Amino acid sequence: MDIIICLKPAPDPKRWDSIQLDPVTRALQREGIQSVLGPLDKRALEEGLRLKEAHGGKVTVMAMAPPSARENLVEALAMGADEGYLLSDRAFAGSDTWATSLVLSTGIRKIAGFDMILCGSYSLDGSTGHVGAQVAEFLGILNVSQVVAVENIERGKLRTKSLAESGYRILETPLPALITVTREINTPRFTSLFGVIEAENKPLITWSADDLGVAPGKVGFRGSPTQTGGVFMPEMRRKAEMLSGEPEEMVQEIVRKIRQALG
Amino acid sequence: MNINDWKGIWVFAEQEEGCLSEVSLELLSAARLLAKKRPAEICAVLLGHRVQILADQLLAYGADCVYLADHPSLDKYLILPYTRVVSDLIGKKQPEILLLPATFLGSDLAPRVAARVKTGLSAHCTNLDINERGELMQVVPAFGGKVMATILCQEHRPQMATVRPGVFRKGEPRDRKGTVENVPVEINPDDLNQRVIEVHWEKKTAQTVEEAEVVVAGGAGVGSREDWKWVESLAEALHGAVGGTRPPLDEGWITEGQMIGQSGKTIRPKLYIGMGISGVIQHTVGIQDAKVIMAINNDPNAAIFQTADLGVVSDFRKIVPLLLEELKKLSRDKTVS
Repeated sequence: MDIIICLKPAPDPKRWDSIQLDPVTRALQREGIQSVLGPLDKRALEEGLRLKEAHGGKVTVMAMAPPSARENLVEALAMGADEGYLLSDRAFAGSDTWATSLVLSTGIRKIAGFDMILCGSYSLDGSTGHVGAQVAEFLGILNVSQVVAVENIERGKLRTKSLAESGYRILETPLPALITVTREINTPRFTSLFGVIEAENKPLITWSADDLGVAPGKVGFRGSPTQTGGVFMPEMRRKAEMLSGEPEEMVQEIVRKIRQALG
Repeated sequence: MNINDWKGIWVFAEQEEGCLSEVSLELLSAARLLAKKRPAEICAVLLGHRVQILADQLLAYGADCVYLADHPSLDKYLILPYTRVVSDLIGKKQPEILLLPATFLGSDLAPRVAARVKTGLSAHCTNLDINERGELMQVVPAFGGKVMATILCQEHRPQMATVRPGVFRKGEPRDRKGTVENVPVEINPDDLNQRVIEVHWEKKTAQTVEEAEVVVAGGAGVGSREDWKWVESLAEALHGAVGGTRPPLDEGWITEGQMIGQSGKTIRPKLYIGMGISGVIQHTVGIQDAKVIMAINNDPNAAIFQTADLGVVSDFRKIVPLLLEELKKLSRDKTVS
């Protein structure tokens, strides 16, 4: 089983409070916020590592991200991945999900052969959940979204349990295929000190737009079908009337408010 | 591509087991709002097997026409046959806008179709509008809702967007006339390699959070399954629905459909009561349309109080039992009178 995990390093959610709009340019200021792997990235990797443990093979991690995301890939190698690819180029900046998926699928094609691709269902920051299905489309393989369990793999067929509006669905999908995973799928392992030391000697390769052979105009801002017309920070503040003191008294006021609201 | 050749607003009408999803009907309302600003024919795209009967419902809720793709291979949703039918139809009819529900099905189908027809797609829109150039403005949350961005798709068509349940309101069904056009379905055998082994239906809870007039929600601060019962009891006493943030879902106190916020449901009840909820933006972005927001938290500095109308600084374990007593008294009085 050769497995590829697509990761999406994103600004650390613990620091989102410091994201601000530049008052003049109205551009989003997120510089200086370190990127991290999200919980779904780690679950996709964990599932890949478990599949490798059960079926043998190799786990490759890949991300399209700025050069600083190298340390996120090192973390993935320390967790147990065998090799990493960082697709990084100024030409990729501003890519929407379509262009991102084009870059990732080009990178995946350049690596010879795979049986499965795993990604998180959603990224931490944009949370569109588009990239899995779009990478699969560009590669011409099947995809299964929102997988909560990989039930088995037999004779080249993958059986998954995935979320559906009605509850869940069990699907049988021929390999190669791409799946996106949810939080329920597993609990990711901790990185061992041994893993950290080992990671230093694992291959971590950076590919530019040139290396991938993608024309700069096909990706990034220019190659993306969508544009951001503007960003704003929603005002959600309400002026709360605050109650404190004896529960009995507060309850009277709460009841009054409830009756008023439902009036 | 001459984008001026692309006309009409399409809504993907999601159905399962012969039942249209509510959000499909909500999207017809959205389409009608957009058509007021940019006059266009509104078409619903309906895929399935023996689902013709649903076409009338789509017309009644605002579609001018229905493209019906009825075929045994479309009986249960599978990504490849659905992608092919929708993509081929887009190529043939050239719609200007295509809206899909941001449900599990819609969120799986939309990106694959967008990749195939090479167009832009935005996810989980919280608002849609038409700008002065006639383009679809798609307002989407990012960074958990802290930032909202307006997405445009200027040079590709259709302009595609997914919308979560509850963002738009379903209209009243009217006796409206419209056309139903049967779409010839050609299934490529290669598209049928994937098999549905089983569809498991979970019991629907009595009231969904997006429909309920009262929503009582809990967060990590509720602390235990045992204390979660207070959330449920209060919801029951107020004939409301139970919702929650991410941690209760992780703990198994609620199901996926009950999670409120950026990666869950958008709600607009008359009354929202939150307890043990700190008020991270990922949650509050989903409750901002509630008429009255009440929060109970023993931390006076909890962020939830900044987005609340009434803040109660106390332990909900002390408040809720007393509140239940009072509500019981009230309903007894009501019965007597």
